[in-house]
Amino acid sequence: MPEVVGVGASPKRKEDLRFVTGHGNYVADIKRPNMSFGVFLRSPHAHALIRSIDTSEALEQPGVKAVFTGEDMKADNVGGLPVGWGISGKDGNPMKEPPHPPIALGKVRYVGDAVAFVVAETVEQAEAAAELIEVDYETLPHVVGAVEALQPGAPQIYDEVPGNLCCDWDLGDCAAVDAAFETATHVTSIDLVNQRLVGNPMEPRAAIGEYDAANGQHTLWTTSQFPHVVRLLMGEMVLGIPQHKLRVVAPDVGGGFGVKQFHYAEEAVVTWAATKLGGAVKWVCQRSEGFISDAHGRDHVTQAELALDTDGKFLAMRVRTYANMGGYLSTFGPNIPTNLYAPLLSGVYVIPSIYCEVKVVFTNTVPVDAYRGAGRPEATFVVERLVDTAALEMGIDKFEIRKRNMIPTESYPYQTPVLVEYDSGDPLGCLERSMELADVAGFAERRSASEANGKYRGLGVSTYVEACGLAPSRLAGQLGARGGLYESANVRVHPSGAVTVLIGTHNHGQGHETTFAQIVSERLGVPFENIDIVFGDTDKVQFGMGTYGSRSLVVGGSALNKASDKIILKGRKIAAHQFEAALEDVIFEKGEFSVSGTDKKKSFPEIAGAAYVPFDFPLETLEPGLEEQAFYDPVNFTYPGGAHICEVEIDPDTGVVRLDRYTAVDDVGTIINPMIVEGQLQGGIVQGVGQALFEHGVYDEQSGQLLSGSFMDYCMPRADNFPDFTIKPHSTTCTHTPMGVKGCGECGTIGSPAAVINAVVDALRPLGVSHVDMPASPNRIWNIINNSGARAAAE
Amino acid sequence: MTITFTLNDRSVTVDVEPSTLVSELLRDTLELTGTHVGCDTSQCGACVIHLNGESVKSCTLLAGSVDGQELRTVEGLAGGTDDLHPMQVAFRDNHGLQCGFCTPGMLMSSIDLVNRNPDPTEEEVREWLEGNICRCTGYQNIVKSVIAGAQALRDASRGDDHA
Amino acid sequence: MKAFSLQKPASVADAVAALGSAEDVLPLAGGMTLIPTLKQRLSECAALVDLSDVPELRGISLEGDVLVIGAMTRHTEVANSDVVRKAIPSLAALASRIGDQQVRNRGTIGGSVANNDPAADYPAAVLVLNAEIVTNVRTIPADAFFIGMFETALEPGEIILRFRFPVPDMAGYAKFASPASRYALAGVFVARTGDSVRAVVTGAASSVFRATDVENALARDFQPGALDRISIDPSEFLSDIHADKDYRGHLAIVMAKRAVQTALALAE
Ligand SMILES: Cc1cc2nc3c(=O)[nH]c(=O)nc-3n(C[C@H](O)[C@H](O)[C@H](O)COP(=O)(O)OP(=O)(O)OC[C@H]3O[C@@H](n4cnc5c(N)ncnc54)[C@H](O)[C@@H]3O)c2cc1C
Ligand code: FES
Ligand code: FES
Repeated sequence: MPEVVGVGASPKRKEDLRFVTGHGNYVADIKRPNMSFGVFLRSPHAHALIRSIDTSEALEQPGVKAVFTGEDMKADNVGGLPVGWGISGKDGNPMKEPPHPPIALGKVRYVGDAVAFVVAETVEQAEAAAELIEVDYETLPHVVGAVEALQPGAPQIYDEVPGNLCCDWDLGDCAAVDAAFETATHVTSIDLVNQRLVGNPMEPRAAIGEYDAANGQHTLWTTSQFPHVVRLLMGEMVLGIPQHKLRVVAPDVGGGFGVKQFHYAEEAVVTWAATKLGGAVKWVCQRSEGFISDAHGRDHVTQAELALDTDGKFLAMRVRTYANMGGYLSTFGPNIPTNLYAPLLSGVYVIPSIYCEVKVVFTNTVPVDAYRGAGRPEATFVVERLVDTAALEMGIDKFEIRKRNMIPTESYPYQTPVLVEYDSGDPLGCLERSMELADVAGFAERRSASEANGKYRGLGVSTYVEACGLAPSRLAGQLGARGGLYESANVRVHPSGAVTVLIGTHNHGQGHETTFAQIVSERLGVPFENIDIVFGDTDKVQFGMGTYGSRSLVVGGSALNKASDKIILKGRKIAAHQFEAALEDVIFEKGEFSVSGTDKKKSFPEIAGAAYVPFDFPLETLEPGLEEQAFYDPVNFTYPGGAHICEVEIDPDTGVVRLDRYTAVDDVGTIINPMIVEGQLQGGIVQGVGQALFEHGVYDEQSGQLLSGSFMDYCMPRADNFPDFTIKPHSTTCTHTPMGVKGCGECGTIGSPAAVINAVVDALRPLGVSHVDMPASPNRIWNIINNSGARAAAE
Repeated sequence: MTITFTLNDRSVTVDVEPSTLVSELLRDTLELTGTHVGCDTSQCGACVIHLNGESVKSCTLLAGSVDGQELRTVEGLAGGTDDLHPMQVAFRDNHGLQCGFCTPGMLMSSIDLVNRNPDPTEEEVREWLEGNICRCTGYQNIVKSVIAGAQALRDASRGDDHA
Repeated sequence: MKAFSLQKPASVADAVAALGSAEDVLPLAGGMTLIPTLKQRLSECAALVDLSDVPELRGISLEGDVLVIGAMTRHTEVANSDVVRKAIPSLAALASRIGDQQVRNRGTIGGSVANNDPAADYPAAVLVLNAEIVTNVRTIPADAFFIGMFETALEPGEIILRFRFPVPDMAGYAKFASPASRYALAGVFVARTGDSVRAVVTGAASSVFRATDVENALARDFQPGALDRISIDPSEFLSDIHADKDYRGHLAIVMAKRAVQTALALAE
């Protein structure tokens, strides 16, 4: 019996049947008629002039159809890759925005920069030919670190960007902060590195371009989180293809995490190459190629200070961050360490004044952009490391200092000194609940037990708040966004009463096909199995901004809710006509239209059927059909938050940090599907712990090479690195989204790094350790222990 | 070279280049794209299939080496969409997948585990899955799924014994 | 991958004939090292000779106090063999921790030892027990086999047929795995036979080597505590993003102690 499955239930996911049987449809799985294969020749140098490129031998190889260089694209008037969000500096001037050609022109700026594109009948032929391309490079001195790139005399990456400074940005009241620091009884200062990460969704990127000359129609299949945005950016700004002649399809996508939320050069190159050659051109990224061509994440160097009064109350915060942009600006690159970072520096605390400056810097590395959390994990790490260090320095308990400074629940809505206004939240409730669940009271005993085994044990806590549901277009526009950030949903009710939803977000693991169907099932009383969610194809879905920034449910789900409202209204009109009743008297409840005070009723399918048989409709006032569309533009960001507590045990002989316990209590607003929310948190926590303990994109200063360029050297979290987690919701309702939802996609990644590092520092506290950089790798921890031993011996 | 092997209980004869990998043979020639490729250093496990009942990385196996052998891929686990393998059911029931990219490899590895060790502990499951990387789930629900799948298989074989 | 031809001989004689003496014709064992390097175009070859159908290269047996293991024996077979578990349990334990299960289902002892990766596990076992490496032309004692990084005494066209491990009185292996690749950052195998103690370090330097100071200390007293004052000079050790030289030097001693502990525990 088909059933309504509504809000709060955890049905089996609709999408899973195809995945567990091997019938997913990822870009690499797609075959097209007359398809050839492309590979990129990439720069082995971090910084070099291209004196010449000789493609003649490559072109003579069997099966080779073409070899394209940057000059070929330029000659064809192909534009540079655009930036979707511009920022302006302290001086009010816009950031420096040098051109970003899809294939390098005259100069390469990082190891992995594309130099040529070879198309052949098979991948092997293209690979063999690529090896025969002769590029005459004149190598230049390079720089890989943001701080180093600002030093006088550092290599110049762009002639038009003096000192490699893309933008000198700030937020907050500098004078007020200076004044508050003057009055402080205690100032805590820390230096932090938020290391470079490589997102590594398990599905490598891939793209297929196709050109149908007879119809002048271009198609791009791509591993993207936002096909409509790719169509807009690539069509309008790079290739000059009119929107109606370009179809972008993002079918099943094997994880995104931000990595697939940019418009990449390869998308433009395959689409353009297909136009030149006819038929289809396919490129599938190898993992080792992905390491040097997927946009990376994070890479901040930060100095931060917190001013406190005698009672340990926060007075002010001052933060200076150097943010590495890599060799070019990626789609959202400059927005991440600025607009998505500094406004979160208040955390869940009352901090009367905050000033943050960010130096956004070019270097000879892979471009850096959003990676799960994007700016908010960086901010949380700064806040929570500062607070923990201040507690240690002032001899205040780590929970007590947090409670003393927390925004009281009754103070919501709360305006921070850094732009944002939190609508709702209960940080104290989250913290107390997490302390209970984590058995903080029993920690001392567990620590003694570890000590008896010769191990160090530490407990760490991190609270957090994040801004998601990107984004209110008005606010985003003021902050430099070059497009709106609403979402759209179309609800198509078929004559049978079954529903197809066309939505502009993109599902790549988040379970939208299930969650969104639950919303419709609840709102319209339609059985869950009679609802399908369609996404990822610009020829099917009206428009959309895609999935990132935990926006799908918040913005897309709200659009869907709004479209459902319209369906109900239209249904009531039809029912009113059929019942010969007044519209105000027709009510819709539990899938039935009825006239109040009478026993007249009709089911949703009956009205749906009637909508398509309008024999007696008053056509001037009642249109046939039952299909509605809505765009939803949020009025504010949403602010999920929570408290995470973890315990680690450290083996002093080897420096290994073992995660022993992890507890998370999160406020994600209304929960549509508890199973999916918990899954999002589990995955997010593991990614955050990955940053804290394992992952590091390491560049060699000498050679400019990425040393951690494969899974042999880039440490991905594995199943045996983790215990079972305790995850519980503690929700308050968002006051401005129609269903009260806040979003949950990034919470885990935002709360966890500081919780883990705070625990590591706590464990090593007996050795006088006050800070540990990420990742807390065995070698790093052993060095700390060893040095403290040497120090103790010397004393 | 021409090779003949059993694939998902059917005999297959194909012409392959000696340098063809089994992952390429399956995906490109035989159009069984359930077997995924997630790396080029033999570490992610997205490509795991069964060779004579044992889990192996199809991206590190030459087609020429499977001549005369028996292969099974994720497509060969279920009798049909309403006749799933208990491990497939367990992954669905326990939300053991998100984007689904690692899932075929996870299923094939897990089934090899429970074939050898019908009642694995959580720790044994976590260790066994060392060669299967998932970026989405944080592994928590994968571990739960494998344990539930093992239980279901034990229950099923007990049922068979009675029958 | 670049194209190559593939042969599947059914006997050692055919395999040797197929290999000839050309440098670009290589034996293929489990392929767990060879195929990734070919795939990434890090090396190339004209032909591969797949050894998996050669029956003489398989099998595990105990001949007196010598454990004989065929070159094509998979890691998982060694790990689960009752014969190995009884004769040299530490060798079974070593095999059970190589790579992941799918690597162990394919990878072979012959391929691992022939490859002599500086971070591989088996070379430590072969050297610590001074096993004999029996090839199609000669028998090479382990002491003369491992030359340097990825370098052995094998000549082109020469294949390993089997290994002959003298069974020690007690032995133990401890490995500190790289968190990323799970290969050894430092692994130490210790073995005692009569009064003689050998200790071999893998993962730390360009090739496996005997740690003589460790051996001497353990010969006096086969206890972890005997190593409290021993150190290994790390100046020639490898250094990379996962472990610097000093850390590897330290780990080698920690692993040596754990190996002794394991040896004692297994002997009980
Ligand atoms: C993900 C992963 C993790 C790994 N982790 C570890 C680890 O933790 N520890 C570890 O020790 N190893 C590890 N390995 C390597 C693994 O053990 C390999 O199996 C081994 O190094 C090579 O064995 P093979 O049988 O696969 O040989 P192949 O790859 O087939 O061959 C390797 C080399 O040996 C030659 N060769 C093969 N057989 C013979 C023979 N009989 N005579 C002469 N030459 C021969 C080949 O020509 C080739 O040059 C790992 C591998 C992978 C992919
Ligand atoms: S594709 Fe990664 S292990 Fe095979
Ligand atoms: S479900 Fe996405 S990688 Fe595992």
